[in-house]
Amino acid sequence: MDWLYFLELFLSGLTKGSIYALIALGYTMVYGIIQLINFAHGEVYMIGAFTGLIVASILTLLGLNTLSILLLASMAAIIYSAAYGFTIEKIAYKPLRQAPRLSPLISAIGMSIFLQNYVMIAQTSDFMPFPSLIPDFEFMEPYAHIIGSPELVIILTTMVVMIFLTVLIKFTRIGKAMRATAQDKGMAMLVGVNIDRVISMTFIIGTALAAVGGILTACHVGQINFYIGFLAGLKAFTAAVLGGIGSIPGAVLGGLVLGLTESFGTGYISSDYEDVFAFTLLILILIFRPAGILGRSTTQKV
Amino acid sequence: MREIIKSFTVSIWFMFLTFPIMVIKVNTIEKTIEWRWERLIFVGIGSFFLSFLWRYLITRKESGIKKAEAGEEIKQPLSQRFFEDRRLFFPALGGVIILTVTFPLFFSSYQTNIMTNALMYVMLGLGLNIVVGLAGLLDLGYVAFYAVGAYCYALLNYHFGIGFWAVLPIAAAMGALFGILLGFPVLRLRGDYLAIVTLGFGEMIRLILENWNKFSFGPSGIANIPRPTFFGYQFSFDHSFIYIYYLMISLTILTIFVVNRLQNSRIGRAWIALREDEIACQAMGIDIRKTKLTAFALGATWAGMVGVVFAAKTTFVNPASFTFMESAIILSLIVLGGMGSIIGVILGAFIFILLPEYLRAIEEYRMLVFGAAMVVMMVFRPQGLISNIRRTYEFRSSKKQ
Amino acid sequence: MEPLLEVKNLLMAFGGLLAIDGLDLTVNENEIVALIGPNGAGKTTLFNCITGIHKPTGGDIFINISNKKHYRINGLKPHKITESGMARTFQNIRLFPNMTVLENVMIGRHCRSHAGVAGAVLRNGKTRKEEKNIVEYCYNLLEKIELDPFVNEQAKNLPYGVQRRLEIVRAMATDPFLLLLDEPAAGMNNQETKELDALINKIRDEENIAILLIEHDMKLVMSLAEKIVVMDYGKKIAQGTPEEIKSNPVVIKAYLGEEDDT
Repeated sequence: MDWLYFLELFLSGLTKGSIYALIALGYTMVYGIIQLINFAHGEVYMIGAFTGLIVASILTLLGLNTLSILLLASMAAIIYSAAYGFTIEKIAYKPLRQAPRLSPLISAIGMSIFLQNYVMIAQTSDFMPFPSLIPDFEFMEPYAHIIGSPELVIILTTMVVMIFLTVLIKFTRIGKAMRATAQDKGMAMLVGVNIDRVISMTFIIGTALAAVGGILTACHVGQINFYIGFLAGLKAFTAAVLGGIGSIPGAVLGGLVLGLTESFGTGYISSDYEDVFAFTLLILILIFRPAGILGRSTTQKV
Repeated sequence: MREIIKSFTVSIWFMFLTFPIMVIKVNTIEKTIEWRWERLIFVGIGSFFLSFLWRYLITRKESGIKKAEAGEEIKQPLSQRFFEDRRLFFPALGGVIILTVTFPLFFSSYQTNIMTNALMYVMLGLGLNIVVGLAGLLDLGYVAFYAVGAYCYALLNYHFGIGFWAVLPIAAAMGALFGILLGFPVLRLRGDYLAIVTLGFGEMIRLILENWNKFSFGPSGIANIPRPTFFGYQFSFDHSFIYIYYLMISLTILTIFVVNRLQNSRIGRAWIALREDEIACQAMGIDIRKTKLTAFALGATWAGMVGVVFAAKTTFVNPASFTFMESAIILSLIVLGGMGSIIGVILGAFIFILLPEYLRAIEEYRMLVFGAAMVVMMVFRPQGLISNIRRTYEFRSSKKQ
Repeated sequence: MEPLLEVKNLLMAFGGLLAIDGLDLTVNENEIVALIGPNGAGKTTLFNCITGIHKPTGGDIFINISNKKHYRINGLKPHKITESGMARTFQNIRLFPNMTVLENVMIGRHCRSHAGVAGAVLRNGKTRKEEKNIVEYCYNLLEKIELDPFVNEQAKNLPYGVQRRLEIVRAMATDPFLLLLDEPAAGMNNQETKELDALINKIRDEENIAILLIEHDMKLVMSLAEKIVVMDYGKKIAQGTPEEIKSNPVVIKAYLGEEDDT
């Protein structure tokens, strides 16, 4: 067995998995609170990448250095994605809180289609090259054949974001309110939690994370188009389900497992079926363990 | 005044929101930036007025709910009353039938072709309507069965030279078989998980067609598929369009007939009960496994058949015709028309397919409008344009009152 | 005579929690049995076990239909159990809201009819006759329970009390030998409860259906039931006639400070 090849696949899986985990967190948080699959989540990720691209291009023309471009573009992407997430919730989901389950789901699909086409019409349907904003670190050079600087940055950023999120949810006021709302909406309202605000915050945080994922992937892959959100969203959702939807550590674990599966699958089996691995995994997990790896099974109350 | 301030805030917010995507366009190769400020003004003005409309509709919806809770009679919308009033409905139906039958005599083969297209979507819509509208199982991978039908004809014809008419029932059966194949693993899944798995299933079928070159000839697809014959007679290029049009009319009528009978039968009632409350449905003695599987199978059958017509009409199939967007279009037209209602689905299909064809200006915005329509419909009129009319029964004793 | 329903040493655990702990229960032919106990005692869980919604962890549930043999129904699918002759209602009404009253009842006939896909499409003589029979049967049933004025109304538009009664009719349409009613009087006023009392007696007397009901309204329970079973923490703590239960110190203790007057 070629260990170097194995290590290479492992690290590339970890990179991919980190991105999936970042997006999956948004799905899982929203699902945990309002039991809705936010189909438009992948689109927000795409919008984040586009905003980043636009801002980065302007700043490049102004002649800033790469690092400050990266930071400013990421900031813009995060702010805009969060704003989109907030608005989407207000328009497409809030009026449907009391509706039957199918209604918000269809509304979400509609929102996703709308946003894709909005970006396609307003911008372009072609692939756009994305500048590589992550610099090559000198100290990484000896290892460049195994892992590049962008991969390292992606993995590290994800770890930092994870820790930040855990602290936010465990120890802050809004985090507590979120956990309370996820447990029992009615009860949380009675003890004075502003449900509307909590839900809005959930969307804002979730979509901001997706934007981070969007920028990082775009730097890594080097091109974007209006359609990237669809597949990324689907896979991130798979990751969320894999780990147990509603569970935050589950989303991270699910993302990593999915990334590794894909990486090893393409490396050792066939590169043609990269996406098929993800879907197969999704279908298998839903059939045999619908609650996911870390999720608890719940029995419906009769 | 408060309303104006509200709308003004909304308009500012949307101008902010759409600013980078709408206004700035970068050309990364020539390193130029195009600023399209005029768009910002459109967005501002547009969202200012739309926000009034939005709030008006929300208040109207809320007062509607209150009225319903107070037990007041709610006025049916015009479209609904039209279809319930038999004196209006039957003459209109007659007119529509005459128009459809004579259509190719008055219009060009191009127009006929568009109508055929619309009819194909009617049939697809009616098929998906069994699964989504009646049984309440949100299937986002419906296009897979369409692909199965199309490839069924393409491959059987390529390898064995089997003709259109022989493949039609085979494809219907294959559709049903794939429906059951998808149905089995998802039996236990709840609504939203089901949606994702069916979506994954649809994508998987497409990816397999794209990558399994030996079987499906990959992305380049299969060409030179023969058009249908009429008892062995092959029509000329132009006439074959008209022939396919009539063929589609007959198939659509068959679909309407069968779906109508199914929905008013013991099985149709079981589907609706399943949609309404799965647990109560089981407790009332309905085998939900069997009910779900029949819904998947009978829904997929029609897609299989339309797939064959599609392959015969375009004489060429490749995986690119069977993307998720196709499933989304079919779903959105039944959502717009009215889930569970046959007339609603037909109407939805015609609006969705014909409108963009004839209003070339909006063609580019077609999917944008579809998406927005889905959201707006769900928020303001979840039952669609025409809601499902429940069958009523009359009894001697109830007439006496 | 063997009892219609016989529950023996039933166990139902959710994770570590024992919701039902070694319960025994019998319902005889034409008997009205009431199941009472504080909230969370495991009454509805017992219903869910009997009707197949939960699969019991241990123990046995047997049924006896007059001429058939004694058979065990643990873990059968809910529809099989309904087919074998037990039908239920739900604590929080579970009608089919967008179907008409008649259609709701017709669903109850599903397991007693056979038309398949071919029958539905061809609508042959046999199917038409079956449909006609179903409609007539259901209408007669509605007439008997005096719900016939609502026949074409959608279930969601009915007044609350009517919805409760409709759920009972829907269950009756499955032609059961035993009806399981989960808090049929919940949310009803005095007048409606009185009517319900008469209705349940009528069902038992005229249709020969045995009744097992969960109820918190003690007045109703005392007037209706021939046998009362008291549950607490998943166990049966007492059983007897209304008179015996009223004076049973164990029951009084379990209910102390827990007077339920819904």
